[in-house]
Amino acid sequence: MKRFLPNLLRLAALILLIAFLVHPELFEPLLKPLVQANAPAIYNQGSLLSLTLSHLVTVFTATFAATLVAVGLAVLVTRPVGAEFLPLSRSLVNIGQTFPPVAVLALAVPIVGFGEKPTLIALFLYGLLPVFENAMTGLSTLPKAIVEAARGTGMTAWQQLTRVELPLALPVILAGIRLSVTISLATATIGSTVAAKTLGEVIIAGLQSNNLAFVLQGGVVVAVLAVLIYDAFSAVERALARRAGRV
Amino acid sequence: MGFRIDKLGVVIAALLAYGGFLAPFANFRANRIVPGEARWIIEALPAGYGAALLAFIAVAIALILLKTPTLFRLVLGLVALLALAVLIGVSAGHLTPPENTYARVSPASGFWLSSFAFALLTADALARLRLSPLARIGLLLAVAATVAGLLVSGIWDGLSILKEYGSRAETFWLEAGRHVVLALGSLAAACLVGLPLGILCHRVPSLRAGVLNGLNIIQTIPSIALFGLLIAPLGWIALNVPGASALGIRGIGAAPAFVALFLYSLLPVVANTVVGLAGVPRDANDAARGIGMTGRQRLFGVELPLAFPVILTGIRIVLVQNIGLATIAALIGGGGFGVFVFQGIGQTAMDLVLLGAVPTVALAFAAAVVLDAATELSNSKRGRAA
Repeated sequence: MKRFLPNLLRLAALILLIAFLVHPELFEPLLKPLVQANAPAIYNQGSLLSLTLSHLVTVFTATFAATLVAVGLAVLVTRPVGAEFLPLSRSLVNIGQTFPPVAVLALAVPIVGFGEKPTLIALFLYGLLPVFENAMTGLSTLPKAIVEAARGTGMTAWQQLTRVELPLALPVILAGIRLSVTISLATATIGSTVAAKTLGEVIIAGLQSNNLAFVLQGGVVVAVLAVLIYDAFSAVERALARRAGRV
Repeated sequence: MGFRIDKLGVVIAALLAYGGFLAPFANFRANRIVPGEARWIIEALPAGYGAALLAFIAVAIALILLKTPTLFRLVLGLVALLALAVLIGVSAGHLTPPENTYARVSPASGFWLSSFAFALLTADALARLRLSPLARIGLLLAVAATVAGLLVSGIWDGLSILKEYGSRAETFWLEAGRHVVLALGSLAAACLVGLPLGILCHRVPSLRAGVLNGLNIIQTIPSIALFGLLIAPLGWIALNVPGASALGIRGIGAAPAFVALFLYSLLPVVANTVVGLAGVPRDANDAARGIGMTGRQRLFGVELPLAFPVILTGIRIVLVQNIGLATIAALIGGGGFGVFVFQGIGQTAMDLVLLGAVPTVALAFAAAVVLDAATELSNSKRGRAA
């Protein structure tokens, strides 16, 4: 029952968020004091709901692709076949994290043009690192006894990987995906500087027309989404860890 | 001893083969805006140079494919990177017609891929050599000195990114200064506030969850929104608090950027201080208490020194993150390298984007190397003391 109050707050946040996205005009009196007399208090250059959806689609497409590639690479470098790649992959992860997202975004533009694509590329590259790092840690720190036991029961290498190693490393991998999604949710807003359809459009429109209400609603929607998704991932991880503990 | 194939070498050699033989080396544009025309190595370099470079790449591919000593691979990687850096400058001089100030020459995909391949070779060799922290800093300084030397020598002057620099040299250094002040200043402020806050959270457990959760939520606000949201309160302060505007506090500009970076920096500093202090062995504390140290003496003489490596890791995260985030400050008039990035995006002038992006990446990278080395040094010192 200790989780009751936080869960109630999360539910309330979710309901408020959906209500705001579907009927933003209901919230106009709240945002009105933030703008000058004749300026609109609710974003009026497009539907907030459709921007939010395309924001989420962009983030999840990029994270999904990043997860597939990162877990695949992590599996490869933790097998004996790929052991030669391990030191380099570690240092690449470290170096990659020093690249600022804006730089990645800006450098992707000459290659793929304006719009969604540079954002997807930047989010994909940026999302690789946390997932790869965690998957590598998860797969290389499994208890030796369990892996030995799996081999002892006559499992093939593929069975060992899919039935023992990946399931056991799953909570750690999920933690990486969670980190990746939360970073991407915020970074995707920068994508709107190169014309991607994300909630960044609302914020940038607010910055350009000096409209604080726009900046606030764009920022708060992204932040609430990030908190809710972060919590949802944490809940799944806890459930998985519990199940793994019992088995 | 037989010849054995290096698996990583296969990947690097494939990149190099494509970058050297199939992809264009340089891009030539009649002026700043028109689309470029690709030039392959043979066309991009003066007679002799091109053939020599191709031969060098072919030999390098063979050497990289085979298992060769790590130190040799490191030297090969560094020499090749230096050669490419010099030759791209030569190519710019060769491709630009004499007396033509409009033509632009920029590195093309082949140059970038070959450089990337040799950088991978170097990074792999460095990772395998496990250099000591001081040796890594020494290498970083040597690389920085080489780049500075190349810049001063004027060999790169024909490249488009330096032409962009040439037409705004003064602004460049002004924005560079602003960038560094934003990144380092907000880090310093975050340490001044974050360290005591972390110590407080360590001492008063009931505060811990609340403070850390609050700081966590700040991290989820997208940077451009946080920058924008601070415009209003700071504008209000500038108008209503006497003396505030004299200090440079304004609604737009550097002040909201500084405050936003400061807020983002707090979480890693506070969280790592708490984790570091929590990791101090109970024995060490008991021993200190046993010899009659006061609470304050224990904090400064025992707990903080022991927690220092962990705190330093937090500072590394903050510094690298701040150097990257400071680019966003340009969106609200806060200056920094982001000015060039966003101007470049606006004018679809990629050389201008690079003029902002390259120094940012270089700064972040250097900061990461230096602070990683410092963390390792403080860790080994701690190991020796214990």
